[in-house]
Amino acid sequence: MHLLIQACILGLLAGGVYALMASGLTLAFGVMKVINVAQGAMIVAGAFLSYTLFTKLHIDPFVSIVLLTPLMFLFGVVLQLVFIRPLRAEEREELSLLVTWALALGIEGLLSVIYKTNYRSTITSYADRSWSVLGYRLSEVRVFAFLLSALIIAGLYGLLTRTEFGRSVRATVQNPTSARLLGVNVERVSAFGFGLSLATATAAGAVFGMIQPFNPGSHYDLISRLLSIIVLGGLGSLGGAIIAALFMGVAEAVFSAEISPTWSSFTFFIVLIAILLLRPQGLFGSTERGAL
Amino acid sequence: MSRLTRAGLVRATVVFGALTAFPFVFSAQWVVNIALFTLMYAGLATSWNLLGGYSGYLSLGHAAFFGIGAYAMAIRFTHVGIGAGYKPFLVLPLVGIAVAIVSLPIGWIALRVRAATFAIVTLTLLFVVQQLAFNLHHLTGGSQGLAIPPPTFPASTFDNPFYFAMEGAFALALLICWWVRDSKLGLMLFAIRDDEDRAQGVGVRTTGVKLIAFAVSVGLTGMIGAIWAYYIGFIYPQFAVDPLVTIGAVLMTFLGGKGTLWGPALGAFILVPLQQYLAYKLGASELYLLGYSAVFLVIMLLLPRGIIPSLKDRLARRQAAAGPPGAVTGAVPTPTQGVPA
Amino acid sequence: MSALLSVEGLRKHFGGVAAVNDCSLEVREGTVTALIGPNGSGKTTAFNLITGYLRADGGLVRFAGRDFPHPDPTRLYRAGLTRTFQQARVFPQLTLLENLTVAISQPWRTLLGRALGREDRERSRELLEEFGLARLADSRAGDLSFGQRKLLEFATVLMGRPRLVLLDEPTAGVNPVMVERIEQHVRDLHARGLTFLIVEHDMNLVMRLCDPVIVLDGGRPIKQGAPAEVQQDPAVLDAYLGS
Repeated sequence: MHLLIQACILGLLAGGVYALMASGLTLAFGVMKVINVAQGAMIVAGAFLSYTLFTKLHIDPFVSIVLLTPLMFLFGVVLQLVFIRPLRAEEREELSLLVTWALALGIEGLLSVIYKTNYRSTITSYADRSWSVLGYRLSEVRVFAFLLSALIIAGLYGLLTRTEFGRSVRATVQNPTSARLLGVNVERVSAFGFGLSLATATAAGAVFGMIQPFNPGSHYDLISRLLSIIVLGGLGSLGGAIIAALFMGVAEAVFSAEISPTWSSFTFFIVLIAILLLRPQGLFGSTERGAL
Repeated sequence: MSRLTRAGLVRATVVFGALTAFPFVFSAQWVVNIALFTLMYAGLATSWNLLGGYSGYLSLGHAAFFGIGAYAMAIRFTHVGIGAGYKPFLVLPLVGIAVAIVSLPIGWIALRVRAATFAIVTLTLLFVVQQLAFNLHHLTGGSQGLAIPPPTFPASTFDNPFYFAMEGAFALALLICWWVRDSKLGLMLFAIRDDEDRAQGVGVRTTGVKLIAFAVSVGLTGMIGAIWAYYIGFIYPQFAVDPLVTIGAVLMTFLGGKGTLWGPALGAFILVPLQQYLAYKLGASELYLLGYSAVFLVIMLLLPRGIIPSLKDRLARRQAAAGPPGAVTGAVPTPTQGVPA
Repeated sequence: MSALLSVEGLRKHFGGVAAVNDCSLEVREGTVTALIGPNGSGKTTAFNLITGYLRADGGLVRFAGRDFPHPDPTRLYRAGLTRTFQQARVFPQLTLLENLTVAISQPWRTLLGRALGREDRERSRELLEEFGLARLADSRAGDLSFGQRKLLEFATVLMGRPRLVLLDEPTAGVNPVMVERIEQHVRDLHARGLTFLIVEHDMNLVMRLCDPVIVLDGGRPIKQGAPAEVQQDPAVLDAYLGS
């Protein structure tokens, strides 16, 4: 029992970070109907960047987030302008899949050239410290990671609900044509949406780098998990992604503790299959034909 | 049964005649090796196109079935034993059919949703299969891999039987695509590609139709994987189930022209020798990824419809400009994309 | 005359808004029934719910004596219920002949046969002739003008030999000559026994062509009756002029 609860705690903490990673992904889909297969690679890139800042300049990863996110936001906007906007609207959904996959490979290739394929880890001075609460171990790094993720997601939520930009985003997600008619600059929203996506990925990456070892090839594992999460949550739904991420985090941890660690990544696939069989639109997805 | 034009028949005869004569003319084994891989990708791309090009459902995980076919072959050798030499080639059709059947439940689940989610599911499938290959070490040898005892073909022409097997697989894929293109099945697939909701609205049983295309496409891919396994002799999970195999096939299909008959093969004939040359020159696999990525992006952005449709368009425009205005609506017909070649 | 189509308690919410709210209506066989109402009254949503393009939050659809708890476009088509779209959806890359042939219900064993068999061609050509599109039989549907697309779409849905055709704003966006053509086709087909349910904004057309007329407002029917009746009804005038 103790083991089970410990697993749940661990899963919840991990789920929070997954939520941050998945939020950018589901946002990109909601706004542009683009499945950004490169999200995993962007997270890994974020991990490498904060790793470098830490090892070369001794900047704490949490601090590096403040430095990196604005830069990455801009970079994301540029990527959208160069690689996604030129695609014609009818083909965008299908081609974006391939374009972002190619981007992911490019990022992996670039990282491999610079960092080679050895596993890295951003190990800070407090990496091994943990608190003991009611007999359960709470790793400091993981708690900070969870808190940071929660903070950023709260910020994202605030952005979406209370600002003009946020309203434009939500309008675009619901119906781009109507949004355009209401004066929303859909192109600008798309570009900024992608920038946000990349910014959150970088933050998540910095955190990810502290939690587990990574190398340029790690993005495959990540993206398959994230994709399962957003399908579970419903493509385009931020709330859905958050709940799905927490659920998956716990499910994976419990599976790992109770059944087997080697097969734990299968939980994502099993849940994906189950969702497709029972409720293909996910928890909060749209039930319209052709909306998936 | 389908519209067999003289031009088409001539084209096919010339191409396959040349392909069959190739190893006898250029008998250096390293040349045959490159040609073999070219044909392999031509077959893979053509099979992928049956689903991706004809119905619009882009499968990002086809390599999973390539790997399943490869492992099926290797496992039979290891655990059952088929005999050596040419006998294993006879098993190939069985492997193809087996892979197709195995894929049905997966396909049924994956095809109930739309193209975007389908792509996600196939991508996830790829990683799952790779994980399975790593984890089920009693069956697959895990990360140690599986060995297939090499056949005792004479060293000077060792590659040749495999070359012909690949040619056969490619020919089969091409034949099937050609047949489907002019059949009711093809018509329904094209309708699904154009507007799936509408297709459902006029009574097309879309799930069944997509499933057939999926199973055939995947079966062919598995068969090719089996030939590859026998040729290579030693398979590891990360190479048998390699995302780059899917990306390669997809890239070649797009380059030549998605949805056309010869497009994927054309893409393969251009890219594979190029790829082998780059690998030789650059060697390091890290730059290889970058190179792949760059080529992919350039093609996607500059020539998204591929070579054959673009050429057809240019031809149509030249004809329209030269002759009298078309009788369609009193205006010059506008070129549309993805014309089945 | 029995009810060919009967809808009970249909409901659909979008966020907090009830687009269709406890909607019950009947279409009797052999009629050309109109479904009218001010903008936002839920007409297109109702159409989408009935034909299975949108999943309802509740309610029942009964067609030709069978219940369809989860309406599905494919099954409905095969049962004899079909629809057209406002935007005139056709298969742009297929030729006109191919567009029509796809709509013929095929048994599984013909799947590997020729795409356009002799019978298929004949039937398709007949229909194209009737709609005046025969000379464009081998052109791509994507090259047609909007009005021609509407005709093609109309012809296509007839290939399944339906009993009830739902027309979604058949005359929207077309010139007066085309409006006349479409109206004539509806009359001809009606004379041959086809039932229609039409969503329309062109009141003159509705008054000429349809009986009964169902008026929708706020997601449910508020009046049903002959055109003249409905035209005078104060509740109907209110719905159109008020709010």
